[in-house]
Amino acid sequence: MSAAASASGPGRVLVAVYAILALAATARSGYQIATRFEEAPVAYLLSALAGVVYILATLALALPGPAWRRVAWVTIGFELAGVLVVGTLSIVAAAWFPHDTVWSWFGRGYLFVPLVLPILGLLWLARSRRRERQAAGEAGRAAS
Amino acid sequence: MIDWFVWVQVVVALLAGLLCVAFALAGKAPNDLAVFSLGLVELLLIAQVVVSIVAPFVGNAPSGDALEYWIYLVTAVLIPPAATLWALVARSRWSTAILAAAAFAIAIMVWRMAQIWFVQVA
Repeated sequence: MSAAASASGPGRVLVAVYAILALAATARSGYQIATRFEEAPVAYLLSALAGVVYILATLALALPGPAWRRVAWVTIGFELAGVLVVGTLSIVAAAWFPHDTVWSWFGRGYLFVPLVLPILGLLWLARSRRRERQAAGEAGRAAS
Repeated sequence: MIDWFVWVQVVVALLAGLLCVAFALAGKAPNDLAVFSLGLVELLLIAQVVVSIVAPFVGNAPSGDALEYWIYLVTAVLIPPAATLWALVARSRWSTAILAAAAFAIAIMVWRMAQIWFVQVA
């Protein structure tokens, strides 16, 4: 029985920053696709995917239940992989990314928040999972 | 956008952010001053909307893409109220930290909007 990952203070800050990033990334990606999709279709589609994943991650951190917790692990893990892979590619295969996207240069265009945030997110998920197991363990001992 | 007004906005947003960081470090839940500072940031953003609508008609148009500019501005206007609601549901020092994050985000976005308006070429 898990409460929302954001149930306590720092988790709420994480949700807030994720929400701002999700909003910014999705809005910018939508704008890029609407106005100059043909210039860098791969890059812009990746940006759109990143935006959707950020939105899912924000919801998954804010909502309670084990299913949402799993979604949080998957989405945040995916984002971290994304920013690392695309960040590297945007440097070594720069021709694929003629215009900056949210994961270009490891999220440089967003003050590297896309790089740091999923790391913090995963640490937070791990910590809250540890706490819940401890609490469940104590409840089990108290009941027996 | 108006040159000096951009500076006012960025400075106010940064000060609001620093104020809320100080309150959060001091362990304070959002107080009137913290919420008021975000309210001021929002008020300036709304004034910015008005300025941005009127300015092109008096010869002050963005050099960059107007659509991109407005996407930033509309997004920015939504952030302080949303952050305040989210922060006030659970009142703790972390809520104050959320207000700080929102204020800093606005400072960055206004600066970015100024780039689009004054520097970028569409």
